[in-house]
Amino acid sequence: MNVSDRIRRLVFLLSGALFFVLYCYAAASLPPWGHYRGPYGNVIARVAVIERHATDVVNAINYDYRGFDTLGEEFILFTAVLGVMLLLRREEGPPGPRGGGGKIPDAKVLSTTIQIFTLPAAFLTTLFGFYIGLHGQLSPGGGFQAGVILSTAVLLVYIAQNTEAFQRITSHTVVEVLEAAGAGGYAIVGLLALAGGLPFLTNFLPLGPTGNVFSAGTIALISAIVGVEVTAAFLLVTYTYLQEIMRGSIPNG
Amino acid sequence: MPLHLSLLPYWVAAWLFFWGLYGIVTSRHLVHCVVCLAVLQTSTYMLLLGIGYRRGGTAPVFADIPPGRLTVDPVVQALMLTDVVVEAVVVALLLAIVVKAHEKSGCVDPHDLRTLRG
Repeated sequence: MNVSDRIRRLVFLLSGALFFVLYCYAAASLPPWGHYRGPYGNVIARVAVIERHATDVVNAINYDYRGFDTLGEEFILFTAVLGVMLLLRREEGPPGPRGGGGKIPDAKVLSTTIQIFTLPAAFLTTLFGFYIGLHGQLSPGGGFQAGVILSTAVLLVYIAQNTEAFQRITSHTVVEVLEAAGAGGYAIVGLLALAGGLPFLTNFLPLGPTGNVFSAGTIALISAIVGVEVTAAFLLVTYTYLQEIMRGSIPNG
Repeated sequence: MPLHLSLLPYWVAAWLFFWGLYGIVTSRHLVHCVVCLAVLQTSTYMLLLGIGYRRGGTAPVFADIPPGRLTVDPVVQALMLTDVVVEAVVVALLLAIVVKAHEKSGCVDPHDLRTLRG
């Protein structure tokens, strides 16, 4: 450890100690654990089911009461994926210091047994993803979770087979279009409300019977759109990284 | 509840925040640095859920419980949910930057990245 390292650590520990004192001061005035005080949670838990016919209050907040914030969060996701693709795009030019540009052989396909067991696993995962995504307004779940589960199903195929199989089933253009449609679709739902003379992202669809899959109006619709967006986002990130590995610029294994 | 227990989630949050930041400050590898940032961010989950928790409160899902039943705060849970997904892609973005930094400069130690070379 050289001198600058020591100074750096010392400065950090000193400021950390100061932070700790201030944090203790602040934490002491927070409500003790288990004694929630805030009014918002109480109010929203009481009115969400009646006002929006959504039994999962968390999603009613996410896709309706706090819908505008979630739109922003969704665009963070979109921008981050865009950033990954932009940074790791294919470049024509001299290879990097690690001999990038050279193609490395694709991994060998695993045994038939594993492949046979992966197929139903991927199928069940897909089914589960759709279930979670379409029941977001009723039970814990929704678009964000469904997206992660659905992209896992495709990853299962990759694990059992190889990069080529992954790239074959995730047609790049289709996934890109889905990603854009997911990001734009959310904003369009909001704009449709504006077109009808209502405030942005108003829940303008019929609310339907509480507890039914077709209920909660735009909450269910936006949840499904977010599901598409998140699935495409994770697939694009995985796709881009796999391509980078195949180019040989990331040491593989 | 004794004081040290009633503040437990806030201690855990501070603990995760502190060591995540310590890892970033003393990091000698960019991937390690990104992972430390992810650890640091988990402290926000602890803090949010710690604030929203209510003793005797159940999950804010009224599919199978009568309306008006005492629940934990759904607002902080909604905040956390989006936070988790955003964290995942931000880590992906940072790792992409690490790959590029390694490709351009040939090193992954933040100390060796002192100057930007064109």
